[in-house]
Amino acid sequence: MNDQTPTAVERAEKLQGLGSKRKRVEDARFTQGKGNYVDDIKLPGMLFGDFVRSPYGHARIKSIDKEAALAVPGVVAVLTAEDLKPLNLHYMPTLAGDVQAVLADEKVLFQGQEVAFVVAENRYIAADAVDLVEVDYEQLPAINDPFKAMDADAPCLREDIKDKMEGAHGPRKHVNHIFTWTVGDKDAAHAAIDSAEVVAEEMITYQRVHPCPLETCGCVASMDKINGKLTIWGTFQAPHAVRTVASLITNIPEHNIRIISPDIGGGFGNKVGVYPGYICSAVASIVTGVPIKWIEDRIENLTATAFARDYHMKGRIAATKDGRITALDCHVLADHGAFDACADPTKFPAGFFNICTGSYDIPVAHVSVDGVYTNKAPGGVAYRCSFRVTEASYFIERMVDILARKLDMDPAEIRMKNFIRKEQFPYQSVLGWEYDSGDYETALDKAMKTVDYAGLRAEQRANRDAFDRGKTRKLMGVGLSFFTEIVGAGPVKNCDILGLGMFDSCEIRIHPTGSAIARLGTISQGQGHATTFAQILASEIGIPADQITIEEGDTDTAPYGLGTYGSRSTPVAGAATAMAGRKIRAKAQMIAAYLLEVHEDDLEWDVDRFQVKGNPEAHKTMAEIAFAAYNQAIPGLEPGLEAVSYYDPPNMTYPFGAYLCVVDVDVDTGVTDVRRFYALDDCGTRINPMIIEGQVHGGLTESLAIAMGQEIAYDEIGNVKGGSLLDFFLPTAVETPAWETDYTVTPSPHHPIGAKGVGESPNVGGVSAFSNAVNDAFAHKGLTHTQMPHDHWRVWKTAERLGLNG
Amino acid sequence: MSKMHVKMTVNGKPVEGLAEPRMLLIHFLREELDLTGPHIGCDTGHCGACTVDLDGTSVKSCTMFVAQANGAEVTTIEGIANPDGTLHALQEAFREHHGLQCGFCTPGMITRAYRLLQENPAPSEAEIRMGISGNLCRCTGYQNIVKAIQAAADELSTVKEAAE
Repeated sequence: MNDQTPTAVERAEKLQGLGSKRKRVEDARFTQGKGNYVDDIKLPGMLFGDFVRSPYGHARIKSIDKEAALAVPGVVAVLTAEDLKPLNLHYMPTLAGDVQAVLADEKVLFQGQEVAFVVAENRYIAADAVDLVEVDYEQLPAINDPFKAMDADAPCLREDIKDKMEGAHGPRKHVNHIFTWTVGDKDAAHAAIDSAEVVAEEMITYQRVHPCPLETCGCVASMDKINGKLTIWGTFQAPHAVRTVASLITNIPEHNIRIISPDIGGGFGNKVGVYPGYICSAVASIVTGVPIKWIEDRIENLTATAFARDYHMKGRIAATKDGRITALDCHVLADHGAFDACADPTKFPAGFFNICTGSYDIPVAHVSVDGVYTNKAPGGVAYRCSFRVTEASYFIERMVDILARKLDMDPAEIRMKNFIRKEQFPYQSVLGWEYDSGDYETALDKAMKTVDYAGLRAEQRANRDAFDRGKTRKLMGVGLSFFTEIVGAGPVKNCDILGLGMFDSCEIRIHPTGSAIARLGTISQGQGHATTFAQILASEIGIPADQITIEEGDTDTAPYGLGTYGSRSTPVAGAATAMAGRKIRAKAQMIAAYLLEVHEDDLEWDVDRFQVKGNPEAHKTMAEIAFAAYNQAIPGLEPGLEAVSYYDPPNMTYPFGAYLCVVDVDVDTGVTDVRRFYALDDCGTRINPMIIEGQVHGGLTESLAIAMGQEIAYDEIGNVKGGSLLDFFLPTAVETPAWETDYTVTPSPHHPIGAKGVGESPNVGGVSAFSNAVNDAFAHKGLTHTQMPHDHWRVWKTAERLGLNG
Repeated sequence: MSKMHVKMTVNGKPVEGLAEPRMLLIHFLREELDLTGPHIGCDTGHCGACTVDLDGTSVKSCTMFVAQANGAEVTTIEGIANPDGTLHALQEAFREHHGLQCGFCTPGMITRAYRLLQENPAPSEAEIRMGISGNLCRCTGYQNIVKAIQAAADELSTVKEAAE
């Protein structure tokens, strides 16, 4: 080998594979304003759709008069439920086994509900006409409190299903009840709690919030009447699932529907579901024969599509006097709004809430969840988390802190004492999950050393002393959270959505000159898939990432997949990518054996080539092999070099992390200043550290917003109180603190490259760290628990209640 | 509704068109001129995705009628690159420092930063954070945006010093 021959290390670096801080290939178009989002699409003859929405939370529709609207020049059509009924499209199936009104049928059930769809030549005319559709309503009493929904004398909200007392998830025990879901051993849990030395009990409410991606939802539907083909461009996190649903409800054969997700301006769970706007646009295009664009505005987005959380969790946690947790019990009242439109796997109406034993080895536990209808918008989506995992994580991380206070133990000590130990993995949780891998003590130990946890507690003691002596009006809080997620849904044997197994896929074609294209069933909304999936492949097949095109989001070209949410892209589609790459490599090995005239067992893989064992000079690079695949007649082998993998994951993955927040609370103003936030994440094998860090920064900022200010609240008559960015808190660069990131690496044993997924960890782990910090600031003054969001007013009220802001 | 004749300079080129006086500047840019770089994120003037540069100041083009921009000089993200076609230091820095994810806020954010660095060529971190506080990002947590703007400021001042 001469000096010019690159070493294996140099060749590997050139690939920009796993572990490389590769710059993103997406950025060139976005930084130059050349992204292609749905509202950028402009088709000849395109019309605009806009909704007439309910001003009431609950009302009966007495009449709808379209005449004045139809008289406006440029208005083409006004659709109501009456127009959709002959097509049987006035209701659509939700992903949760319920139905949702596409356009309100006789009654409206939440403020902002879709009542009529106006189609016009441009968005201004459509908006004018919306104001001219006269709807006569008879207002009805609204239910904004899930606890009152189940009262014996509560009015029936869903008259369309009032006689259907067997729901999609079992019997309904009240007209406003949706399902009961239970896991665990109730008798054993209750017995353990009744006989425990110490029990902490608390009502933990995770308020209704909204994913609020910067781009709202929308679509362009275009029916080609000559070819019978319906194409819909839209903000779809799961384009294939949308195609199947669209086919089932329109009766258009699936091969005649093409769903395209163009660039998506953030999703965070908001863009998983199917919304009335998509259906109305498709119907209007079928009727008019021209393309229809529908783009919701921000107020519509916040009030009508996909809220998250609204979980009311009554918990009891039991322990020995020395702090060993002995049992956990939780009952959740889940407010699903007017229709059950969660996007959970079929068998999991409360998602994976039974991950609520968290990072702890709890011997007995029980969970029950009751879902109820209220006069609020439907949704209940997984906002930057796997299904109901952030609710579960918030619940257990608050309960453990509350228990620690009761035991007068340090929150770090009680966690260390109850962790699932490294040697217990794979760990069977008492609520039914098999945690794949973890090393919690190492992670928490690293976090505590890095932040000088003991020093922070000493500083806090000094602060409390100074406060009591009147030397300061600020209280210091230290919030710790140690979360375990469950992501990457999921094994087809128990995870499906509308009967579609939650596998994912990758199809690879290697071109003759040694570059490649890979297509996947997922769709990036900012995660950088075109960058990171190419890195996985580069390491698997030895082709530089820069020579691999990644394509997603077009159902005519991509293999079937269930899309991107619940951190499933890396655990499922990332695994499919690696497995498809391995199929490419297996065929490449046969080709190399032929070219080198050796038995394939005599070859070994070395970064970007197959070489003869013991004689590395005799080798064929992947580029040489690719050309041979197209240029040589190889006995026993088909020409070409392609592979496809549909990956059914054997298990979920379980990312974890240790987060620590230091907050200073001004008791006279309620202002909270996040002085420090440290996040240690363990997402298994790290594909691109730059992108991981970016995901953590973004998720932490979302969790800051949730913990410290976000809420979609309703008043007694059903008015939304947080429906625009005037009221709904999105932090600016000024409110957002600097984030410190760190990591440990505990690979997943069942994932082909050991990766676990990371995009949602900071939202799941961050919320409880902030909330624990605010609660901790007041703990020595007798506070057990105060509800989120910890905005200045509520924090001030807490200080007042404790008699601190005299 | 009757339309009015509007004329302006956009990204250095004279443009004109007919528009209803009530048409928002953002819609004129996106729909009449096909400049789809600036985006619409909130309709209430909070998010800044629609930020353009108008007569030397940052403007949220969803809060302005096209009639009000008559005769103005407008620069959008499509006109930020250097005259020789190379990318502006901010465009390079956003990529280099991972200052974007979904890309939806990016055109407005870079256009705002472009004006900020002319108002204050050497901003501190706090000045950058305040200077972009009219632009919301839901993906990055701002940290890498701030880093990118600082890096671009350094780059631009180095280039300027070399020229002097």
